Amino acid sequence: MRSDRYTWRFVLILILAWTVLLYLFLPIFVAAPISLTPDRYLLMPRGEYSFRHYENLFTNPKWLNSIWQSVVIAVCATTIAVVTGTLAAVGIWRLASRFGEAVRAFILLPMIVPSIVSALAFFRIFADLGLLDTMPGVILAHSILAVPYVVITVSTSLAGFDLKLEQAARNLGASMRQTIRYVILPNIMPGVLSGAIFAFILSWDEIVVTLFVSRLTVFTLPRRMWDGIRDQADPTIAACATTLILLTFATILMYLIFQRHNASRAKLQRA
Amino acid sequence: MAVADASIGGDRSRLRVNPYFVLVAPLLVLLLFLYVWPMAQVFWISISDPEFGLQNYEKLISNRGILKMLHTTFEVCAITTALAMFFGYIVAYAMVHVSDRHRTWMLLFILVPFWVSVLARAFSWLMLLHDNGMVNDLLRAWGITDEPVQLVRNQLGVYIGMVHYMIPYAILPLYAGMRAIDPRCIAAARGLGAGPFEAFWRVFLPLSLPGLIGAGVLVFILTLGFFVTPAILGGGKTIMVAEYISVQILQTIRWGIGSMLAVTLLFIVLALLAVMSRAVDLRSMFGAK
Repeated sequence: MRSDRYTWRFVLILILAWTVLLYLFLPIFVAAPISLTPDRYLLMPRGEYSFRHYENLFTNPKWLNSIWQSVVIAVCATTIAVVTGTLAAVGIWRLASRFGEAVRAFILLPMIVPSIVSALAFFRIFADLGLLDTMPGVILAHSILAVPYVVITVSTSLAGFDLKLEQAARNLGASMRQTIRYVILPNIMPGVLSGAIFAFILSWDEIVVTLFVSRLTVFTLPRRMWDGIRDQADPTIAACATTLILLTFATILMYLIFQRHNASRAKLQRA
Repeated sequence: MAVADASIGGDRSRLRVNPYFVLVAPLLVLLLFLYVWPMAQVFWISISDPEFGLQNYEKLISNRGILKMLHTTFEVCAITTALAMFFGYIVAYAMVHVSDRHRTWMLLFILVPFWVSVLARAFSWLMLLHDNGMVNDLLRAWGITDEPVQLVRNQLGVYIGMVHYMIPYAILPLYAGMRAIDPRCIAAARGLGAGPFEAFWRVFLPLSLPGLIGAGVLVFILTLGFFVTPAILGGGKTIMVAEYISVQILQTIRWGIGSMLAVTLLFIVLALLAVMSRAVDLRSMFGAK
């Protein structure tokens, strides 16, 4: 294909591909200018700019409360998902059997099942347990939805980890707990961290299940945006959307730096 | 962890439980109790509310509103999948043939929108496409139209938002599949006298077919459960199955129909996954190895 690289055909494909990529990027740029409008309506600012909607986002008790709840829920759900998911991934890896694979498929279910179906299941069980519209309820639901991502990233890390190291540790008298703590965990840390990032973003952004299991007491940030987009035209949503987009950029940047750092460290170790 | 240690300390030959199973247990218990058990309850409701029998499922073929909604769902999902696969294929094809640096930039343009909150994206599309939005402003400024063109709160808006959401999901597996194609195959085809188009059509495309099928089924499965984008960009006119279920449960409180549709949706998704597992190695797609 090398000889075709600079032909007009390939240039045409490149133009098409970049048009698609610009379409992907288009909505990223829209929220920011609107969030700076001085008006009380969702309009493009015409010459005048104001940060009043950001002020509202970070001082209005309603929005503040939602941000706070979303942070607490995401942190707790991430913790539960990372702990149970990492342990399970190590367990399956070590079981390495047909049974283990069946368990893995089973654990991945919440990722495959459409979220509306999961929402119905959680709605049902939380009604029985009295967990509807409570923080523990939303946290548990988000943990279960996030666990598959942790299991996947940790499993990927484990695939590159030499089983003999684990066997050596056990043969030298380390307990299973010590082996996990001092031998396995340090080696799969990148997978655990990626899993944590995935889990956090999933919880932070989750809306479908949250719509079902929360009502008034728990009102997460996506929930407030959802209501705002559907019911009124409050430019605070634009400020919120812009903030979320900037956070996404920051996360991806941090992740890339972290990966580069890891890659260079791995190179040093090999040298 | 205390439990884990105890089981190792115990008599292993007598216990005959692999100690590592203890690590999986907490998650299994959590899933069984909070996920699988209520899922079974939902299934039970679908065949017992208001009374025991299959009358809820019978509505799948007899109730006009449900039939119309199912038709909309499949139409939107099929067209969205086709468009996302087409655009995704072009980008993935370009990605395997450009330099490393160029590819990193393309990847950045795919990953940032991929990770941006789905609500922020739906909101942005709404702002771009509504009657006084930027796209209509441009159309009027260029004198293409006088009246605003209805781009959103209809099916077109749903397509724009959903295809946008699905393209990255199409690109990533397609790219992974294409990268595994040996470029010497194409070179050989060219060397044996095939034109560039023929080499693509008869060699590259067939070789990329497993990835195409895998990605296509994956995208179709994901579109089936779509809730946020159609609800916001469809403006109540394009009701797909997920929104229909939520109305049944949260507004009209008809659990029988809502749970029946949820169970049906779940079975379709699982059936499609089973089909897909014949074409592609699911384990590699889900990171098992």
